[in-house]
Amino acid sequence: MNLNLTLIGQAIAFAVFVWFCMKYVWPPVMQALQERQKKIADGLDAASRATRDLELAQEKAEETLRESKEQAQQILEQANKRSNQIVEEARETARAEGERIIAGARSEIDQEINRAKEELRAQVSLLAVAGAERILESSIDEAKHRELVDKLAAEL
Amino acid sequence: MAGNNMTSTEYIQHHLQNMTYGLHPENGWSMAHSAADAKAMGFWAIHVDTMLWSIGLGVLFLWLFRSVAKRVSTGVPTGLQNFVEMMVEFVDGSVRETFHGKSRLIAPLSLTIFCWIFLMNIMDLVPVDFLPMLAQKIGSWFGADPSHVYFKVVPTTDINATLGMSLSVFALIIFYSIRSKGLSGFIAELTLHPFNTSNIFAQILLIPVNLLLELVTLLAKPVSLALRLFGNLYAGELIFILIAMVGLWQLPLHFPWAVFHILIITLQAFIFMMLTIVYLSMATEEQH
Repeated sequence: MNLNLTLIGQAIAFAVFVWFCMKYVWPPVMQALQERQKKIADGLDAASRATRDLELAQEKAEETLRESKEQAQQILEQANKRSNQIVEEARETARAEGERIIAGARSEIDQEINRAKEELRAQVSLLAVAGAERILESSIDEAKHRELVDKLAAEL
Repeated sequence: MAGNNMTSTEYIQHHLQNMTYGLHPENGWSMAHSAADAKAMGFWAIHVDTMLWSIGLGVLFLWLFRSVAKRVSTGVPTGLQNFVEMMVEFVDGSVRETFHGKSRLIAPLSLTIFCWIFLMNIMDLVPVDFLPMLAQKIGSWFGADPSHVYFKVVPTTDINATLGMSLSVFALIIFYSIRSKGLSGFIAELTLHPFNTSNIFAQILLIPVNLLLELVTLLAKPVSLALRLFGNLYAGELIFILIAMVGLWQLPLHFPWAVFHILIITLQAFIFMMLTIVYLSMATEEQH
């Protein structure tokens, strides 16, 4: 066991190795490790964020679905109401139209009746005059008798 | 068993002798041909095998990690990157648990200590005769006497290697102490603890006692750090050598010891790293 220059040689070699390790080996490896740590942390972060987003989106989708169902229900109700209304209106219109037609027909009939009455009156008066002429076989003052007959006819 | 005409003692001594190059008082700068030669060289000698293996393994470690660091991706890691990231995270976790200050040096320092010591220790699992015999063959091609070619493969069984590291750590301990507490704070820590009174004269009397105690505490750190690693690996290596001497029976003996030794190899590398972190965190934090 003799101490000699090897001691100093070893110390120098040791120092050089440590320097090299500190300068060229440790920093890149450490940096890579830290970067990977950061990447993993970011990844986990992103994953949890995505899960949260997914939950939000699901909630939103459910809400939208519920809203649209409600809307559909509303529209359906409105449509039902409207259709009832339309049917009601149509029925009303039809009834009014029918009444109108009936009234028209009735007034036309009245008119016809009146006209027929008029004609009949005119003809009756003529017939009465002609009949009276034939019966009397004599000339009658046409002007005098016509007035009489017209009066008669008007009384019919 | 290398060299059939060796005695057991010679065999063990041969295995425990480093390949030494140094300034011999008579031969000048030369390879040591024997343990006595190496001893005669004193301080001005260098263990070629220790330097070669430790630097080679250190470069292997850095090359491996650097090749990953260059093409590191933040995506899904594959193959070698997985392993490197595992190591880096393991060391980073250990440092974060123990060291609460902020330092760009501590974590890479710990990684280097752990991986380098682990690689140096693991050379212990290579059968003890393989590489020394190879070295002897190569040595004999260059005209050296094979029995004079010494080759110790495990750098951490050389006290110079472990002490070199622990003294560097010691320098860092002192540097961090002074940086975080200031020179006066550091000196106060050495002189005013553990005995402290409000009486100024008593305090002056207590300063030498405190200094002695605290200096022992301080110096025990690098020495224990170096000797723990050295002792464990040296003993392990010695047992491998002893097992290698029993002939054919070494196979059933070698295997369980090698398996057990895997634990020691990893544990010692981990202990050296953890104690370094602990010492440095103690140096930066206020004590007492």
